Amino acid sequence: MSDQEAVTPHAPDADDPQYLAWRAAYEASKLRDVPFETMSGVPVEPVYGDGPYPGQYPYTRGVYPTMYRSRLWTMRMFAGFGTAEDTNARFHDILRNGGTGLSTAFDMPTLMGRDSDSPWSTGEVGRAGVAVDTLADMEDLYSGIDLGSVSTSMTINGPAAIVMAMYIAVGEKNGVSRAELAGTIQNDIFKEYQAQKEYIYPPRPSVRIVTDMIEFTSAEMPKWHPISISGYHIREAGSTAAQELAFTLANGFAYVEAAVAAGVDVDGFAGRLSFFFNSHIDFFEEIGKFRAARRIWARWMKERYGATSERSLLCRFHTQTAGVSLTAQQPENNIARVAIQALAGALGGTQSLHTDSYDEALALPTEKAARIALRTQQIVAHETGVTNVADPLGGSPYVEWMTDEMERQAEAIFAHLEDLGSGSLLEGVYAGIENGYFVGEIADAAYRFEREVNAGRRIIVGVNEFTDGDDPQRELLRIGAEVEDYQLKRLADVKQQRDGQAVAAALAAVTAAAADPTVNLMNPILDAVRVYATLEEVVRAMEVEFGTYVEKAII
Amino acid sequence: MSRANRSVEELYGEAKGGRRLALGRLLTMVERGGVDAESIGELANPDVGKAHIVGITGAPGAGKSTLTGQLVALLTVAGRRPAVLAVDPSSPLTGGAILGDRIRMDDIGGGSSSSESAAGAGSARPETAFIRSMATRGHSGGLALAVPLAVRLFDAMGYDPVIIETVGVGQVEVDVVGAADTAVVVVTPGMGDAVQANKAGLLEVADVFVVNKADRPGANDVRRDLELMLDLSHVTGQEEVGGHRPPIVMSTALDGTGADSVWAAVEEHLLFLNDSGRRLDRRHHRIRTEIRALMEQALGRRIDDAMNSTMGIDLVAQVEDGSRSPTAASAQLLDRLLGPQ
Amino acid sequence: MTDQPPPLRIVLAKLGLDGHDRGLKVVARILRDAGMEVIYLGLRQTTDSIVAAAEQEDADAIGLSMHNAGHMTLGPNMVKALADADLPIPVIIGGIVPDEDVAPLLEAGVAAVLGPGASAEEVANTVRNAVSAAV
Repeated sequence: MSDQEAVTPHAPDADDPQYLAWRAAYEASKLRDVPFETMSGVPVEPVYGDGPYPGQYPYTRGVYPTMYRSRLWTMRMFAGFGTAEDTNARFHDILRNGGTGLSTAFDMPTLMGRDSDSPWSTGEVGRAGVAVDTLADMEDLYSGIDLGSVSTSMTINGPAAIVMAMYIAVGEKNGVSRAELAGTIQNDIFKEYQAQKEYIYPPRPSVRIVTDMIEFTSAEMPKWHPISISGYHIREAGSTAAQELAFTLANGFAYVEAAVAAGVDVDGFAGRLSFFFNSHIDFFEEIGKFRAARRIWARWMKERYGATSERSLLCRFHTQTAGVSLTAQQPENNIARVAIQALAGALGGTQSLHTDSYDEALALPTEKAARIALRTQQIVAHETGVTNVADPLGGSPYVEWMTDEMERQAEAIFAHLEDLGSGSLLEGVYAGIENGYFVGEIADAAYRFEREVNAGRRIIVGVNEFTDGDDPQRELLRIGAEVEDYQLKRLADVKQQRDGQAVAAALAAVTAAAADPTVNLMNPILDAVRVYATLEEVVRAMEVEFGTYVEKAII
Repeated sequence: MSRANRSVEELYGEAKGGRRLALGRLLTMVERGGVDAESIGELANPDVGKAHIVGITGAPGAGKSTLTGQLVALLTVAGRRPAVLAVDPSSPLTGGAILGDRIRMDDIGGGSSSSESAAGAGSARPETAFIRSMATRGHSGGLALAVPLAVRLFDAMGYDPVIIETVGVGQVEVDVVGAADTAVVVVTPGMGDAVQANKAGLLEVADVFVVNKADRPGANDVRRDLELMLDLSHVTGQEEVGGHRPPIVMSTALDGTGADSVWAAVEEHLLFLNDSGRRLDRRHHRIRTEIRALMEQALGRRIDDAMNSTMGIDLVAQVEDGSRSPTAASAQLLDRLLGPQ
Repeated sequence: MTDQPPPLRIVLAKLGLDGHDRGLKVVARILRDAGMEVIYLGLRQTTDSIVAAAEQEDADAIGLSMHNAGHMTLGPNMVKALADADLPIPVIIGGIVPDEDVAPLLEAGVAAVLGPGASAEEVANTVRNAVSAAV
């Protein structure tokens, strides 16, 4: 295109081979049966501006040629509280209300690999998610749900292998083979050391578990995503947008290096890696971040890791609105924040979206607040018309500049990590965990932000400005102590009914497998959960070999 | 225990009886200096002299706290009662400090742990180790007094060894570690640590070198650098007469590999000190240093008083208007303070 | 040794399993910048480990950060553990605590509760006031 004449923006050059290729791909795709026109009846094109177009390398403009014209993002709502039965009821509620994926939150003891009867668990059982001690709890959790037809996402990391094994075992009991199970397990252990702090073992044995899971799912679970590489928590811990982007992708590259080193072919698993980003409140920065993520991932996978399958190059991601941006003051304002963040996710081309409930700064969401959150993204999807056009902001000078800037900052961080790892990103990430680089950078960014808010240089509506009109207390979801009592009894019953000798033998086999790095841990873990070994028992069986991790104080 | 109503003597007695809070409070008085600290020094005096005093220093991030934690865990298991004094810098701007060393000394002193044993509320763990964090509080003179007195107090309470952990960047910290029976200097690969340690004067005081993170690339290079520097100091005659060449121990503090070798080297050094009679020299040196620091502090106070006296103020004014030189003014104040020299 | 009062010594910790330490780290810096000495214990502490640290460090106060709805159990447990150890120092809780839980926590012996959005000045003053009220 020449620069002396203005180009009609809606008419891509009909002879451009890139455009023709995109057009062919578009026309070969199945589209949703809705009118692709504005609310006033103006028909609109599926994409505007220049190539590379959506679905074309390096995928800055989207991973699919049609984007939301074929399929809206998955409206995945996080649920989990109380007992497995309580959460099961919420799952049925979500499916009835048009939710299309189930997302499970586990309580803190489960996330840390502790049973409900551990002294550590006192006061935390079923509070911030569902408590899972044994396979029996997982059976309750997914009761009455056809695991062959839903996609399930499980937010768990340290004990991910054990929970995934339990899910496989629930499927087996209901006649659904592991090959049919569709879903994602978070299983991103690097960001635990960097941000969320829910680790159990030191980094290297933890990564061995992850690579075992990659290997196992590559061979046996074609519809399963064995890791969701998560920037969300890095951002919640206080990082900048560029740090979220860079740390997350670096972690992704590190997993690729680890799996390849373990002998798995890059194209055998990279296509099933997925990502999880935060959608924060700075609208254009977020959109630039999402676009840069796709471009960087595609380029590195192709050029550095030699991936050849197209799926290996696609940075497909789930997005959640920023919990940390929600305010306890004037909480209804959060509905507006969430709507804007959800819109950024959609304009950034997310594949799936969780919208936070407005009352989450105070406690777990009430049912009403969770419904409003789901409705918010339904409004974005069905009323605003933003789904008609792929990457509608592509070509905007500001958005393109922001995309480039995010990429530039991320590349600088990759270079630092490569230095730390003498050329290896995997070693660089290990080193950055060990020397406190990640936590230090995140803590600095968090403190800088707090100081700006404190000095009034950043306005947070309802917190440090416009503070009139905060109503006193509203309705909150409270989890009573009876959940803990119930869960303790349930666990005691299971322990009493199971075959103690079979459990002991299965746990010994887990320990033996942990001691031998050439053995895949998944099968011994599956054997253990099938005989109702508890989560913590399996965790301990590996801990014997792996040890535990205590972080360095970087404040 | 209410905060204010115990005398130093009562607290000392309670601490002797094993009450940790009493010892904690005595250490606070030691840190503040002044009359209470002097009384504590008097009370402790008959009880001191048994503990093996070990200094551990190195650049920030070298893994000192982790290593210290492992040493303490190892000593506790072996039935010893170690105490740790972890010295960290205060912010020069605000006087505040963040003291985070306890984190990496987990599982000791009743400290945190992810292991079952520490988990149970009320689980009866033997409290054999004592860890105290100390901020430098911006006045190196204070540190030079507080650290030796705190060490004497630990010694008097039966703690042995007493480990002082400090960031080896300032002269005071180097002096503190150098005054220990055994000075351990921790270096890591890939940061030019050996060279830095040399510059900071740590090479002269080191009795044991630890190359931490020895699983990292470059660990052997650091070892070679240290060997070379030691050879060099031998040639130039800087090495201590009596022939203890500091051993270089390779360690990976993160997983505990090498902590036992580090402690073996520390014990071996103690044997050398005892056999060669050099432990008494160290003690002699330590006592000299401590008395000197006490004198400096006392003199410093008197100098402050003199400066603020009418005569001091007049003399400053005279130097300001050019009627007197600074040298003459200081000589006159010193004469007044100490009598003509 | 100096004319200034010695700095306050504050133990900061996360009690229990919850790993949200962003707030605790920010508070550590706020208190340092307010001239206090922060003994940072970090994650996964028990009431026992916090008591042990408070004794050995002769702390003036304990700050706990809670994000996990466990405050109604863990807060009073901490107060009781200190009382059992005959250690009369104030406990300050920050993090996510709903308004209606504040009064019961104060009644259970917690010295102060800091809500989300507290300014640096409020944080430092709350600690100072809690310490002077306890002496």
